[in-house]
Amino acid sequence: MSNHTIECLECAAAITLPGNVMQNEIIACPECGVELEVISLQPLELDYAPEVEEDWGE
Amino acid sequence: MRLALLVTHIRAEEKLLIGAFQDAGVEPDIILDRDLNIDLAGGPDQAAPSGTHWRDYDLVLERCVSTSRGTYMLAILERWGVRTLNSYATATVCADKLLTTLALAAAHIPQPDTRVAFDTESAMQSISDVGYPAVLKPVTGSWGRLLARVNDSDSAEAILEHRHTLGGYTYHTYYVQAYIEKPGRDIRAFVVGEQTICAIYRTSPHWITNTARGGSATNCPVTAELDTLCQRAASAVGGGILAIDLLETVDGGLVVNEVNHTMEFRNSGAPTGVDIAAQIARYVLAAAAVRV
Repeated sequence: MSNHTIECLECAAAITLPGNVMQNEIIACPECGVELEVISLQPLELDYAPEVEEDWGE
Repeated sequence: MRLALLVTHIRAEEKLLIGAFQDAGVEPDIILDRDLNIDLAGGPDQAAPSGTHWRDYDLVLERCVSTSRGTYMLAILERWGVRTLNSYATATVCADKLLTTLALAAAHIPQPDTRVAFDTESAMQSISDVGYPAVLKPVTGSWGRLLARVNDSDSAEAILEHRHTLGGYTYHTYYVQAYIEKPGRDIRAFVVGEQTICAIYRTSPHWITNTARGGSATNCPVTAELDTLCQRAASAVGGGILAIDLLETVDGGLVVNEVNHTMEFRNSGAPTGVDIAAQIARYVLAAAAVRV
């Protein structure tokens, strides 16, 4: 699968996603750093990543 | 083989794990915790969001970034007889620093002096007992959130008052540790089953060295001493797939600081040269293949 380009929801920068990008993958905009979630692959669609909650971690 | 990966979303680690399972010829079902809607009395014959009945999974690997969702799902699945990694018992102990300390103490694992108090006045005494500087931590939470190095009684009073006034009830459990003077770094060791597969130094000019907070990772040789201590620590919390955080003391010893049960490892493969995801996948698939 080839790379895809999509616009950042926050700063409108062009984000290049790798060909193996996955549904529900979290990505960071290289320009503004905002975290986004890939909510659809066909068509490619992003949303803001869920806010970190108090119990999140490793 | 039917394998499910239970996630909050796909982080770099989950992507690496999925690739490792695929390399091993297994395509895991990805189950998002946000999609769960479970009849608690319904048992494992109900369908997971993937469409597969929970009963039909050989194993569910819990990789939720949400500790509460992951831990409750382990409780549910174990109760239903569905095999999981890690176990509910391991996750419960690791998710709570107080329970981790108790488990490590029972196994005589060296760790920083740690006390607990439930009232601000007795917490002041706890801090004084371990000595200044001390570290005040929430019993739950991760990524170095809300850790406080308490340098003197003035700052102790202020932090305790803030936690008492602004925090929820979990912040009213005052978990206090002695501050360990460390050489600008700590150690994170990865234990998969019976093996300490690799370790990194996390170096930072800040006293909080988490890579999530900007600490840099370099290889840490797995010495016999480190391996033995990590194996003991892993066993103390119930074993499984774990990251053990250790501190080096000024006298050259090691103390275990905490144990993580859904660890991140994206920054650790390159410096160690170990394919951590592949090692985890191998362990998971071996566990899933065991007939009970």
